[in-house]
Amino acid sequence: MRVKSAKPEIVEGDLTPMIDMTFQLIAFFMVLINFSQTEANERVQLPSSELARPPEGEIESPIIIHVASDGTAIIGTEEFSVDTLRPILSRELSVLKADGKTAEDANIIIRAHKDAATGKAQEIISVCQEVGFENFLLRAKEQL
Amino acid sequence: MKIRNKTEGVKNELQMTSMIDIVFLLLVFFIMTFKIVEQEGDFNIKMPLAKENQNSQSDPLDIVLKVRMESDANGGLQRMRLNERELGTDFSMLRAAVIEMVNAGGGPVEGEDGPEVEIDADYNLRYEYTIEAISMVTGEKRGKETIKLVDKIKFAPTRRPN
Repeated sequence: MRVKSAKPEIVEGDLTPMIDMTFQLIAFFMVLINFSQTEANERVQLPSSELARPPEGEIESPIIIHVASDGTAIIGTEEFSVDTLRPILSRELSVLKADGKTAEDANIIIRAHKDAATGKAQEIISVCQEVGFENFLLRAKEQL
Repeated sequence: MKIRNKTEGVKNELQMTSMIDIVFLLLVFFIMTFKIVEQEGDFNIKMPLAKENQNSQSDPLDIVLKVRMESDANGGLQRMRLNERELGTDFSMLRAAVIEMVNAGGGPVEGEDGPEVEIDADYNLRYEYTIEAISMVTGEKRGKETIKLVDKIKFAPTRRPN
Protein backbone atom coordinates (compact mmCIF):
# COMPACT_ATOMS: atom_id res chain seq x y z
CA MET A 1 0.00 0.00 0.00
CA ARG A 2 2.62 2.48 0.95
CA VAL A 3 4.72 1.90 -2.10
CA LYS A 4 1.71 2.05 -4.37
CA SER A 5 0.37 5.40 -3.16
CA ALA A 6 3.72 7.11 -3.48
CA LYS A 7 4.11 6.17 -7.15
CA PRO A 8 1.30 7.88 -9.15
CA GLU A 9 1.55 11.26 -7.46
CA ILE A 10 1.81 14.13 -9.97
CA VAL A 11 3.84 17.00 -8.68
CA GLU A 12 1.91 20.21 -9.39
CA GLY A 13 3.36 23.58 -8.67
CA ASP A 14 1.13 26.26 -7.24
CA LEU A 15 0.27 28.52 -10.14
CA THR A 16 -1.70 31.12 -8.23
CA PRO A 17 1.09 33.64 -7.53
CA MET A 18 2.34 33.47 -11.08
CA ILE A 19 -1.11 34.10 -12.50
CA ASP A 20 -1.58 36.94 -10.06
CA MET A 21 1.62 38.56 -11.20
CA THR A 22 0.89 38.00 -14.86
CA PHE A 23 -2.52 39.59 -14.59
CA GLN A 24 -1.01 42.53 -12.78
CA LEU A 25 1.53 42.97 -15.53
CA ILE A 26 -1.17 42.79 -18.17
CA ALA A 27 -3.26 45.34 -16.34
CA PHE A 28 -0.22 47.62 -16.06
CA PHE A 29 0.60 47.49 -19.75
CA MET A 30 -3.03 47.84 -20.74
CA VAL A 31 -3.40 51.02 -18.75
CA LEU A 32 -0.19 52.52 -20.09
CA ILE A 33 -0.81 51.68 -23.71
CA ASN A 34 -3.58 54.26 -23.94
CA PHE A 35 -1.13 57.08 -23.55
CA SER A 36 0.78 56.35 -26.71
CA GLN A 37 0.59 59.30 -28.98
CA THR A 38 -0.66 59.08 -32.48
CA GLU A 39 0.89 62.38 -33.48
CA ALA A 40 4.47 61.28 -33.15
CA ASN A 41 6.65 60.68 -36.16
CA GLU A 42 9.56 58.32 -36.11
CA ARG A 43 11.74 60.66 -38.15
CA VAL A 44 11.51 63.38 -35.55
CA GLN A 45 13.47 63.41 -32.34
CA LEU A 46 12.36 66.41 -30.38
CA PRO A 47 14.79 68.66 -28.56
CA SER A 48 14.37 68.61 -24.83
CA SER A 49 13.60 71.51 -22.59
CA GLU A 50 13.00 71.76 -18.88
CA LEU A 51 10.21 74.25 -19.39
CA ALA A 52 8.23 72.23 -21.87
CA ARG A 53 5.02 71.51 -20.07
CA PRO A 54 2.21 69.42 -21.49
CA PRO A 55 -0.53 71.73 -22.70
CA GLU A 56 -3.44 72.37 -20.39
CA GLY A 57 -6.61 71.49 -22.16
CA GLU A 58 -6.98 70.70 -25.77
CA ILE A 59 -5.24 72.69 -28.45
CA GLU A 60 -7.72 74.32 -30.76
CA SER A 61 -7.66 73.22 -34.41
CA PRO A 62 -4.13 71.89 -34.36
CA ILE A 63 -2.13 71.40 -37.51
CA ILE A 64 0.95 69.35 -36.85
CA ILE A 65 3.99 69.90 -39.03
CA HIS A 66 6.90 67.57 -38.44
CA VAL A 67 10.30 68.78 -39.56
CA ALA A 68 12.78 65.98 -40.18
CA SER A 69 16.48 66.47 -39.61
CA ASP A 70 17.06 67.25 -43.30
CA GLY A 71 14.40 69.95 -43.23
CA THR A 72 11.61 67.99 -44.91
CA ALA A 73 8.22 69.02 -43.66
CA ILE A 74 5.81 66.18 -42.95
CA ILE A 75 2.09 66.71 -42.54
CA GLY A 76 0.20 63.52 -41.87
CA THR A 77 2.12 61.05 -43.97
CA GLU A 78 2.94 63.32 -46.88
CA GLU A 79 6.31 64.97 -47.28
CA PHE A 80 6.78 68.51 -48.45
CA SER A 81 9.60 70.89 -49.04
CA VAL A 82 9.35 74.55 -48.10
CA ASP A 83 8.29 75.40 -51.65
CA THR A 84 5.54 72.80 -51.90
CA LEU A 85 4.06 73.48 -48.50
CA ARG A 86 1.80 76.34 -49.48
CA PRO A 87 -0.94 74.39 -51.34
CA ILE A 88 -1.60 72.01 -48.47
CA LEU A 89 -1.68 74.84 -45.96
CA SER A 90 -4.16 76.71 -48.12
CA ARG A 91 -6.20 73.53 -48.24
CA GLU A 92 -6.11 73.25 -44.45
CA LEU A 93 -7.18 76.87 -44.26
CA SER A 94 -10.17 76.33 -46.53
CA VAL A 95 -11.17 73.33 -44.41
CA LEU A 96 -11.02 75.58 -41.35
CA LYS A 97 -13.04 78.27 -43.06
CA ALA A 98 -15.67 75.71 -44.02
CA ASP A 99 -15.93 75.00 -40.29
CA GLY A 100 -16.50 78.67 -39.61
CA LYS A 101 -13.05 79.29 -38.19
CA THR A 102 -10.33 81.65 -39.27
CA ALA A 103 -6.60 81.19 -39.59
CA GLU A 104 -6.16 82.99 -36.29
CA ASP A 105 -7.99 80.23 -34.45
CA ALA A 106 -5.69 77.54 -35.72
CA ASN A 107 -2.55 76.45 -33.95
CA ILE A 108 0.40 75.23 -35.94
CA ILE A 109 2.38 72.72 -33.95
CA ILE A 110 5.96 72.59 -35.13
CA ARG A 111 7.61 69.32 -34.20
CA ALA A 112 11.11 69.79 -35.47
CA HIS A 113 13.98 67.35 -35.12
CA LYS A 114 16.64 68.56 -32.73
CA ASP A 115 19.31 68.50 -35.43
CA ALA A 116 17.22 70.26 -38.05
CA ALA A 117 18.44 73.66 -39.18
CA THR A 118 16.69 76.52 -37.43
CA GLY A 119 16.44 78.29 -40.76
CA LYS A 120 14.36 75.45 -42.18
CA ALA A 121 11.92 75.68 -39.29
CA GLN A 122 11.82 79.44 -39.71
CA GLU A 123 11.10 79.11 -43.42
CA ILE A 124 8.24 76.74 -42.70
CA ILE A 125 6.90 79.20 -40.13
CA SER A 126 7.08 82.05 -42.62
CA VAL A 127 5.20 80.04 -45.24
CA CYS A 128 2.48 79.48 -42.62
CA GLN A 129 2.49 83.19 -41.85
CA GLU A 130 2.08 84.05 -45.49
CA VAL A 131 -0.93 81.76 -45.70
CA GLY A 132 -2.36 83.56 -42.68
CA PHE A 133 -1.61 81.45 -39.63
CA GLU A 134 -0.21 83.23 -36.65
CA ASN A 135 -0.24 80.93 -33.67
CA PHE A 136 2.69 78.59 -33.45
CA LEU A 137 3.60 76.02 -30.87
CA LEU A 138 7.16 74.84 -30.85
CA ARG A 139 7.12 71.41 -29.38
CA ALA A 140 9.83 70.02 -27.18
CA LYS A 141 10.00 67.02 -24.95
CA GLU A 142 9.99 67.41 -21.24
CA GLN A 143 13.35 67.14 -19.59
CA LEU A 144 13.21 65.34 -16.30
CA MET B 1 -9.14 -1.47 -3.10
CA LYS B 2 -10.90 -0.67 -6.32
CA ILE B 3 -13.58 1.50 -4.77
CA ARG B 4 -11.08 3.37 -2.72
CA ASN B 5 -8.98 4.23 -5.72
CA LYS B 6 -11.95 5.69 -7.54
CA THR B 7 -13.03 8.01 -4.77
CA GLU B 8 -9.49 9.22 -4.29
CA GLY B 9 -8.96 9.96 -7.99
CA VAL B 10 -11.93 12.31 -8.42
CA LYS B 11 -10.22 15.62 -7.99
CA ASN B 12 -11.73 18.48 -9.94
CA GLU B 13 -8.75 20.43 -11.21
CA LEU B 14 -9.18 23.52 -13.38
CA GLN B 15 -7.43 23.30 -16.72
CA MET B 16 -4.86 26.09 -16.40
CA THR B 17 -2.80 25.45 -19.51
CA SER B 18 -4.99 27.21 -22.06
CA MET B 19 -5.61 30.18 -19.84
CA ILE B 20 -1.93 30.64 -19.15
CA ASP B 21 -1.24 30.37 -22.86
CA ILE B 22 -3.62 33.19 -23.62
CA VAL B 23 -2.49 35.28 -20.71
CA PHE B 24 1.12 35.02 -21.81
CA LEU B 25 0.18 35.90 -25.36
CA LEU B 26 -1.57 39.02 -24.09
CA LEU B 27 1.38 39.87 -21.93
CA VAL B 28 3.82 39.50 -24.82
CA PHE B 29 1.59 41.64 -27.01
CA PHE B 30 1.44 44.46 -24.51
CA ILE B 31 5.14 44.33 -23.80
CA MET B 32 5.96 44.46 -27.50
CA THR B 33 3.67 47.40 -28.18
CA PHE B 34 4.77 49.24 -25.08
CA LYS B 35 6.65 52.41 -25.76
CA ILE B 36 7.76 54.79 -23.11
CA VAL B 37 6.22 58.05 -24.16
CA GLU B 38 7.99 61.18 -23.10
CA GLN B 39 5.82 64.03 -22.08
CA GLU B 40 5.82 66.79 -24.59
CA GLY B 41 5.24 70.45 -24.14
CA ASP B 42 4.95 73.56 -26.22
CA PHE B 43 6.31 77.05 -26.45
CA ASN B 44 3.71 79.48 -27.61
CA ILE B 45 4.71 81.88 -30.28
CA LYS B 46 2.30 84.38 -31.71
CA MET B 47 3.74 85.76 -34.87
CA PRO B 48 1.35 87.40 -37.30
CA LEU B 49 2.96 88.44 -40.53
CA ALA B 50 1.80 92.04 -40.77
CA LYS B 51 2.38 92.92 -37.15
CA GLU B 52 5.88 91.62 -37.30
CA ASN B 53 6.88 94.35 -39.72
CA GLN B 54 5.10 97.00 -37.71
CA ASN B 55 6.81 95.99 -34.53
CA SER B 56 10.28 96.12 -35.90
CA GLN B 57 9.81 99.52 -37.46
CA SER B 58 7.25 101.66 -35.70
CA ASP B 59 7.28 100.46 -32.13
CA PRO B 60 10.55 101.52 -30.57
CA LEU B 61 8.94 101.75 -27.14
CA ASP B 62 8.86 98.01 -26.80
CA ILE B 63 11.89 96.70 -25.04
CA VAL B 64 13.13 94.23 -27.55
CA LEU B 65 15.75 91.84 -26.42
CA LYS B 66 17.62 90.52 -29.37
CA VAL B 67 19.29 87.17 -29.02
CA ARG B 68 21.73 86.69 -31.83
CA MET B 69 22.98 83.14 -32.21
CA GLU B 70 25.83 82.33 -34.52
CA SER B 71 26.58 78.84 -35.69
CA ASP B 72 29.63 77.12 -37.06
CA ALA B 73 29.61 75.13 -40.28
CA ASN B 74 28.18 72.02 -38.64
CA GLY B 75 25.29 73.79 -36.98
CA GLY B 76 26.92 73.91 -33.58
CA LEU B 77 26.60 77.00 -31.47
CA GLN B 78 29.57 79.33 -31.82
CA ARG B 79 28.53 82.31 -29.81
CA MET B 80 25.52 84.22 -28.58
CA ARG B 81 24.82 87.86 -28.06
CA LEU B 82 22.01 89.48 -26.13
CA ASN B 83 21.68 92.89 -27.69
CA GLU B 84 25.34 93.93 -27.62
CA ARG B 85 26.41 91.71 -24.78
CA GLU B 86 28.64 88.78 -25.58
CA LEU B 87 27.55 85.57 -23.91
CA GLY B 88 29.76 82.97 -25.49
CA THR B 89 28.01 79.62 -25.58
CA ASP B 90 26.82 79.69 -22.01
CA PHE B 91 23.06 79.46 -21.77
CA SER B 92 23.00 80.16 -18.05
CA MET B 93 24.59 83.53 -18.80
CA LEU B 94 21.81 84.22 -21.26
CA ARG B 95 19.26 83.49 -18.56
CA ALA B 96 21.09 85.65 -16.03
CA ALA B 97 21.22 88.51 -18.52
CA VAL B 98 17.53 88.17 -19.33
CA ILE B 99 16.62 88.08 -15.62
CA GLU B 100 18.67 91.24 -15.10
CA MET B 101 16.98 93.06 -17.97
CA VAL B 102 13.49 91.91 -17.00
CA ASN B 103 14.05 93.04 -13.42
CA ALA B 104 15.35 96.38 -14.65
CA GLY B 105 12.10 96.77 -16.57
CA GLY B 106 10.04 96.27 -13.42
CA GLY B 107 9.79 92.51 -13.11
CA PRO B 108 8.05 90.03 -15.35
CA VAL B 109 4.83 91.24 -16.91
CA GLU B 110 2.33 88.74 -18.14
CA GLY B 111 0.43 89.07 -21.36
CA GLU B 112 0.83 91.59 -24.13
CA ASP B 113 2.74 94.31 -22.30
CA GLY B 114 5.85 92.43 -21.33
CA PRO B 115 9.20 92.63 -22.98
CA GLU B 116 9.72 90.81 -26.21
CA VAL B 117 12.57 88.60 -27.24
CA GLU B 118 13.63 88.26 -30.79
CA ILE B 119 15.57 85.18 -31.71
CA ASP B 120 17.96 85.83 -34.53
CA ALA B 121 19.69 82.59 -35.36
CA ASP B 122 21.95 81.54 -38.18
CA TYR B 123 20.32 79.41 -40.82
CA ASN B 124 22.30 76.29 -40.05
CA LEU B 125 22.06 76.45 -36.31
CA ARG B 126 20.68 73.26 -34.91
CA TYR B 127 17.12 73.55 -33.69
CA GLU B 128 17.92 72.20 -30.25
CA TYR B 129 20.02 75.30 -29.51
CA THR B 130 17.16 77.54 -30.55
CA ILE B 131 14.77 75.68 -28.25
CA GLU B 132 17.35 75.87 -25.47
CA ALA B 133 17.62 79.62 -25.91
CA ILE B 134 13.84 79.98 -26.02
CA SER B 135 13.44 78.01 -22.82
CA MET B 136 16.16 80.09 -21.17
CA VAL B 137 14.37 83.34 -21.93
CA THR B 138 10.81 82.17 -21.24
CA GLY B 139 11.40 81.24 -17.66
CA GLU B 140 13.28 79.47 -15.01
CA LYS B 141 12.50 76.36 -13.10
CA ARG B 142 13.24 76.50 -9.42
CA GLY B 143 12.35 73.21 -7.85
CA LYS B 144 8.73 72.60 -8.75
CA GLU B 145 7.93 76.18 -9.50
CA THR B 146 8.39 77.88 -12.81
CA ILE B 147 9.17 81.55 -12.85
CA LYS B 148 8.08 83.31 -15.99
CA LEU B 149 10.42 85.80 -17.54
CA VAL B 150 9.41 86.69 -21.06
CA ASP B 151 6.12 85.74 -22.61
CA LYS B 152 6.54 87.14 -26.09
CA ILE B 153 8.96 85.52 -28.43
CA LYS B 154 9.42 86.05 -32.09
CA PHE B 155 11.84 85.09 -34.77
CA ALA B 156 13.89 87.51 -36.76
CA PRO B 157 13.68 87.10 -40.53
CA THR B 158 15.40 83.98 -41.78
CA ARG B 159 19.06 84.35 -42.58
CA ARG B 160 19.39 82.49 -45.82
CA PRO B 161 22.91 81.37 -46.67
CA ASN B 162 24.31 83.08 -49.72
